[in-house]
Amino acid sequence: MIDYSDENKVLQVEHLKQYFNMGKPNEVRAVDDISFDVYRGETFGLVGESGSGKTTVGRAIIHLYEPTSGKIIFDGDDVSKLKTKQQKQHFRREMQMIFQDPYASLNPRMKVKDIVAEGIDINHLAKDDADRTNQVEELLETVGLNKDHSSRYPHEFSGGQRQRIGIARALAVQPQFIIADEPISALDVSIQAQVVNLLKKLQRDRNLTYLFIAHDLSMVKYISDRIGVMHYGRMLEIASSDEIYAHPLHDYTASLLSAVPVPDPEYERARVQIPYDASQEFDGKSRQLVEITPHHWVRASEDEIPMYQKRAQEKSRLKQ
Amino acid sequence: MENNQNVLEVRNLKINFNTYAGTVKAIRDVSFDLRKGETLAIVGESGSGKTVTTRSIMGLNSPNAVIAGGSIMFKNQDLLKKSRKQMDAIRGNNIAEIFQDPMTSLDPTMKIGKQIAEPLIIHKGMKREKAYAQALEMMKLVGIENAEQRINNYPHQFSGGMRQRIVIAIALVNYPEILIADEPTTALDVTIQAQILDLMKELQTKTNTSIIFITHDLGVVAGMADRVAVMYAGKIVEYGTVDEIFYNPKHPYTWGLLNSMPTMDTSGTELPSIPGTPPDLLDPPKGDAFAARNKYALEIDTKQQPPFFKVSDTHYAATWLLDPRAPKMTPPEQIIERQKHYAKLTHEAIDEHKDKHVEEQEEQL
Repeated sequence: MIDYSDENKVLQVEHLKQYFNMGKPNEVRAVDDISFDVYRGETFGLVGESGSGKTTVGRAIIHLYEPTSGKIIFDGDDVSKLKTKQQKQHFRREMQMIFQDPYASLNPRMKVKDIVAEGIDINHLAKDDADRTNQVEELLETVGLNKDHSSRYPHEFSGGQRQRIGIARALAVQPQFIIADEPISALDVSIQAQVVNLLKKLQRDRNLTYLFIAHDLSMVKYISDRIGVMHYGRMLEIASSDEIYAHPLHDYTASLLSAVPVPDPEYERARVQIPYDASQEFDGKSRQLVEITPHHWVRASEDEIPMYQKRAQEKSRLKQ
Repeated sequence: MENNQNVLEVRNLKINFNTYAGTVKAIRDVSFDLRKGETLAIVGESGSGKTVTTRSIMGLNSPNAVIAGGSIMFKNQDLLKKSRKQMDAIRGNNIAEIFQDPMTSLDPTMKIGKQIAEPLIIHKGMKREKAYAQALEMMKLVGIENAEQRINNYPHQFSGGMRQRIVIAIALVNYPEILIADEPTTALDVTIQAQILDLMKELQTKTNTSIIFITHDLGVVAGMADRVAVMYAGKIVEYGTVDEIFYNPKHPYTWGLLNSMPTMDTSGTELPSIPGTPPDLLDPPKGDAFAARNKYALEIDTKQQPPFFKVSDTHYAATWLLDPRAPKMTPPEQIIERQKHYAKLTHEAIDEHKDKHVEEQEEQL
């Protein structure tokens, strides 16, 4: 079980804002005042439609962007205030990323062993060449590849195998936190399950923490402990994955869930999609994430809180 | 039943691709029928040959494709024997296609009104005004608001979902007998996907078009299809009605596909997955192509390709497990759950049928 105490927070995102083209007519508020915490050893799923800002959140956390305002605190340190080279290098070792497109994220001119060992080299993690080779071969075996694969080039591998190489590369520097941005959406159904199983196994073996960004809601539900739902750059709801699927409180979450196709013809024949009117988010009221029931947060204004509390009661009663 | 009339009959289709590495046997003996007004879903992984099958119907395969055998009968004519010019007259007129990516399947330099009216002008020889009037009707039908103003917009002025509606309008403007939809919603968000799928269903009931729906998303199949064909390594391995495939699947590959997609209720530490990767079609395996990844494989699977075994009048599967001589195998737990559900469903159907029968008799009395 994951320890949800304050001491066990590994990542704190506080009022993060990420605007692009600031002050220009084409200003984009990709992420607009988002706060959430990730605890050690858990998988936090971030879901939302394209353009909701979920990828931007991931990139801001790993400090590919300088935040417009707000704080990202990883392991007690503010990510944008890291000064020395050592601090920065430490941060990059602790946090790694797995990318969406296994065809674009591996350098086609590098051999697999050099791709995987790049982080090892930069961080001087290998004593000598033999140690380096050893580490690479071990990593390849960990992710289910053959050590003979190490002298091949990326084009010799299938999509699923490439994604495994990407995972081996991320693991090479022994991180504790991995951001996985749509790591399986470019893969075939039968291969997706293999990669998800691998990610879960690695998490158990190495006590990893994942930020899992995806739009495939059923896969997110399966892999995540908690889920945050994003829309228009805002976080609308956070709860445990069972809770959010069983009792969605925000209208948008309910609408999103109702649109997910389920491999069950009977269910599909009876399915009714709940429409969502986004204008309710833009009525000028100030809203914040409010804890409606324990560990279930919804973005609400002061006067909406009683409505959500009532909704939560009704939904839990329905369950009984 | 008049609905059982076939609009398209594909028989023993074989397509090879000549490449530098050798001959890729992409389609290895595929046969199926498409009936009037139905939706036939073809599911399978990438490389299983679903897109090549539909490209062959449209006459759009790349120049290195070789038709190694078979026929595609449409209105008593073999589409494989048509010249390019003859295919031009059919494509977009009798048979139309919706492509996967709405961002690249429209001409960015042409106003959308012209793009929708073009098939009418070319195939029906319609005058410009009349064609535009009909294009306008079509835009309203697919749910584009302010159609009168937007008819003069360019594709980049529309969102992804709206562009896919335009693509659908172009495909349907000539009321084709057959509509091929190749992953039409894969590039879209789930909420938009649901809208587009609803629109397709609605238009199908209006126009009675037959749809070949290609996808790898079994959730979408469950909602759209009347019948389903499962493809693996250039062959159809199982086909049947949507209920038969989802609630009473017989082929181990179909089992694996159904199980590897988590539903909202799936939990547990490990997702059932299909091990390994699909075979190389440069040199397809001798027996059942799925044998190497199949834990239910029998010895004969590595030697001889299984024929289709009949499960019901509408349901066939190519697996030796259905041979009467095969040992009894217990399918995975989740599949047994599905089969129990199927038993319940068919019982209900029988009961309903009985009720109806009794009612009819009573009426006669």
